[in-house]
Amino acid sequence: MKANLKYNAAWLGVMVLGFVVIDACEFLGIINSFIENMLVTIGINIILATGLNLIIGFSGQFSLGHAGFMAIGAYATGIITQTLVTPIGFYLSVVVGIVIAIIAALIVGIPTLRLRGDYLAIATMGAAEIIRILINNLKITNGAAGLFNIPPLVTWATVYVFMCVTTIVTVNFIHSRSGRAVMSVREDEIAAESMGINTTRWKLAAFVFGASTAAIGGSLHAAYIQTIAPGDFNIMASIAILIIVVLGGVGSITGTFIAAIVLGTLDTVLQNFGTLRMIIYSLALILIMIFKPSGLLGTWEFSFKRLGSRQRKEQSVHE
Amino acid sequence: MQTIGQQLINGLSLGSIYALLALGYTMVYGIIKLINFAHGDIYMLGAFWGYFVINKLHFNFLFAMLSAMLFCALVGVIIEYFAYRPLRKSPRITALITAIGVSFLLENGMTYFFTANTRNFPQAIQTVTYHIGGIRISNIQLLILGTACLLMLLLELIIKRTKMGKAMRAVSVDPEAAQLVGININHTISFTFALGSAMAGAAGVLIGLYYNSIDPLMGMTPGIKAFVAAVIGGIGSVPGASLGGFLIGLLETAVQAVGLSAYKDAVVYFVLIVILLVLPAGIFGKKTKEKV
Amino acid sequence: MSSPLLTAQQIVKSFGGLTAVANVSVHFDQNELIGLIGPNGAGKTTLFNLLTGVTPVTSGAISLYTDQGVQSLNGKKPAEIAQAGISRTFQNIRLFKELTVLDNVRIAMTNHYREGFFTSIFRTPKFYRTEADMTTAAQKLLAIFDLTGVADQPAKNLPYGIQRRLEIVRALATKPKLLFLDEPAAGMNPEETADLTRLIRQIQHDFHITIVLIEHDMSLVMNVVERLYVLEHGALLAEGTPSEIQQNPAVIKAYLGGEA
Repeated sequence: MKANLKYNAAWLGVMVLGFVVIDACEFLGIINSFIENMLVTIGINIILATGLNLIIGFSGQFSLGHAGFMAIGAYATGIITQTLVTPIGFYLSVVVGIVIAIIAALIVGIPTLRLRGDYLAIATMGAAEIIRILINNLKITNGAAGLFNIPPLVTWATVYVFMCVTTIVTVNFIHSRSGRAVMSVREDEIAAESMGINTTRWKLAAFVFGASTAAIGGSLHAAYIQTIAPGDFNIMASIAILIIVVLGGVGSITGTFIAAIVLGTLDTVLQNFGTLRMIIYSLALILIMIFKPSGLLGTWEFSFKRLGSRQRKEQSVHE
Repeated sequence: MQTIGQQLINGLSLGSIYALLALGYTMVYGIIKLINFAHGDIYMLGAFWGYFVINKLHFNFLFAMLSAMLFCALVGVIIEYFAYRPLRKSPRITALITAIGVSFLLENGMTYFFTANTRNFPQAIQTVTYHIGGIRISNIQLLILGTACLLMLLLELIIKRTKMGKAMRAVSVDPEAAQLVGININHTISFTFALGSAMAGAAGVLIGLYYNSIDPLMGMTPGIKAFVAAVIGGIGSVPGASLGGFLIGLLETAVQAVGLSAYKDAVVYFVLIVILLVLPAGIFGKKTKEKV
Repeated sequence: MSSPLLTAQQIVKSFGGLTAVANVSVHFDQNELIGLIGPNGAGKTTLFNLLTGVTPVTSGAISLYTDQGVQSLNGKKPAEIAQAGISRTFQNIRLFKELTVLDNVRIAMTNHYREGFFTSIFRTPKFYRTEADMTTAAQKLLAIFDLTGVADQPAKNLPYGIQRRLEIVRALATKPKLLFLDEPAAGMNPEETADLTRLIRQIQHDFHITIVLIEHDMSLVMNVVERLYVLEHGALLAEGTPSEIQQNPAVIKAYLGGEA
């Protein structure tokens, strides 16, 4: 119990430190609006990719429809905050986005999660496209033109706090009875069933969890970027999130962070290269995959707990 | 009745393009279990090849198509050799991401060298429209349908009757056992890519002629649709891919005909999900059950 | 006569035209140790799969006798059957390979502990208490079976014999009343088989449960079990004590063959 408190305090320290560093850089003018934009995009991508990693890396279900749930959050915020231009309006819109995303995830997940592997991927991709096409044709969402002038109710600090909270909540979920049940489904579905694990239920739990964090990412995106259109949430958007997960390492949250940061920075640096940018980007992607097939970190995870026990071991060796 | 007949013709023409593309997806998936995301872009390369050889080298249509097939087959083999072969023992999701990377590379490379502008495809064959019983049918449509059916027949013969076809089927069932009986896996996989890419190349030239416009991103949407067609037909099954392609073509045209063109893709995906829920491995797919 | 725990009446399983299990009726009583033998392809594992719900029966009735009365298991999913008190191991070991030994056992305890969603994602004191309880219970079980030393190892790193043992421990962690062991001695040397024999006796004695085992190792079967069922071609050939079975002419002819 006491040891747990120590590790939790260490993590809290890291988060506060990160905040203070960014804040100081903002204050000193090191971070201009261009870099802030990059940091916010990285933060939102971390939220999205962590949720997708829970679905793909931990429950072992291949979902290719993450952008659909992101769209739900983004449009909830875009529509609600246009009439309720207050922070309360924003938080309300986040909750509404989560609730709709959960309902959509249940409607999509209950029938399709019976499918395996690539069949599930293609079915979830189809479901996300259906969501996008509906948004594209509805009046309330302003059709293909999308929504403009969404009130800027989100700063980099909001995104940072949301990123920390969703990561904590996801990691806590993974390291609990629920998380272990979810991982047993990935490891061996038949054995899990025979141990009394209701595999359908746990797959759905991970899927719904991931969908609701994707909605949060969408809300933040809408309120920060201030413009959204259905085209922002197409198959390529789902694939962009998938790339972060696979590049970092399927099943490693630390990897997701690193991949989001690396790709976000790469993207910003390559802005200077103009049209060559996407060629360099795609070559980098192919080369990383060929030389690091299990992603940058594989399934390795950073942990203060392991660090602590290793130090204790080393100390006892020295004594 | 007439409009139904008309839509049937339109749907079949579009469907045969999807079918040609779906064949490439299904063969590659059957043999190395990879969703070859770059397949739609090979089709784009085929269209561009046709554009250049007709415009610059003044090839006639037949030579343009045959050379595009040859060119695309070569590109497919090269891509497999450099990007996919090193990953054969890696997690499948890694190979998928690599395929996406290759797709980005082809799209953006073409945009970089030839700009993103849409080009008019040269009309190598003068369009002639026939009126049969009130139904309009162009010689291009007939050409597309005929060529697609001929190529599919040829493919079926290659797979069923030739030694290489037998090797392809053996590798897709059990690569290790195939290797033990002396089949060269690398050659077989290269051949599969060549065959699939050649089909895509032909489809590219045909679509250029049909729609009269090409651009570097033209492969994206038809690629995804063709993959959906392959899944509906039962991925890994060659007749399944043809059937799936025609089904999607007909479905899209039908939805458009009843005035719901905005929901065209949504209907396709909805049908996909429903078919998968009823037949989890597609129409001709084999159901596999894990042995306990 | 002891009270029954599970009965299967006239169960049939056909795959297409092939009948894998034909009209088999068996009963397993409280705290009994039963063997299930037969040549390869006789339908032993299929029978396990039917009784644990992995494959549904074509016809016939399966009933479980609990404190609350008789419960029909027909049409129940494997997870529900496991929760009702039936656990198993697999012929080809099916551990959660990438997870630690401790987690393998804790996963099997999932349904015995309540840990609400919000309790776990917000780490309330109740969360730490439940986790500690689960871990202690799992460690206790691991200690009984000499697995404490490898508790933090991923299951895939264990030697074959230990993996088999862990699979039995994982099955026990679900607190079953009935335990099915599918060829627990497969691939073991004589020494390991002797250990396993002791282990099975110990489990039956300490945990007061019914154990049914499929086994090819005759020394293990004849030494351990109280009663035997013999299957051949999907049908029940004989039933009786080990000595009765050893003298049964039909069994000698069909199965033990030249050995008798």
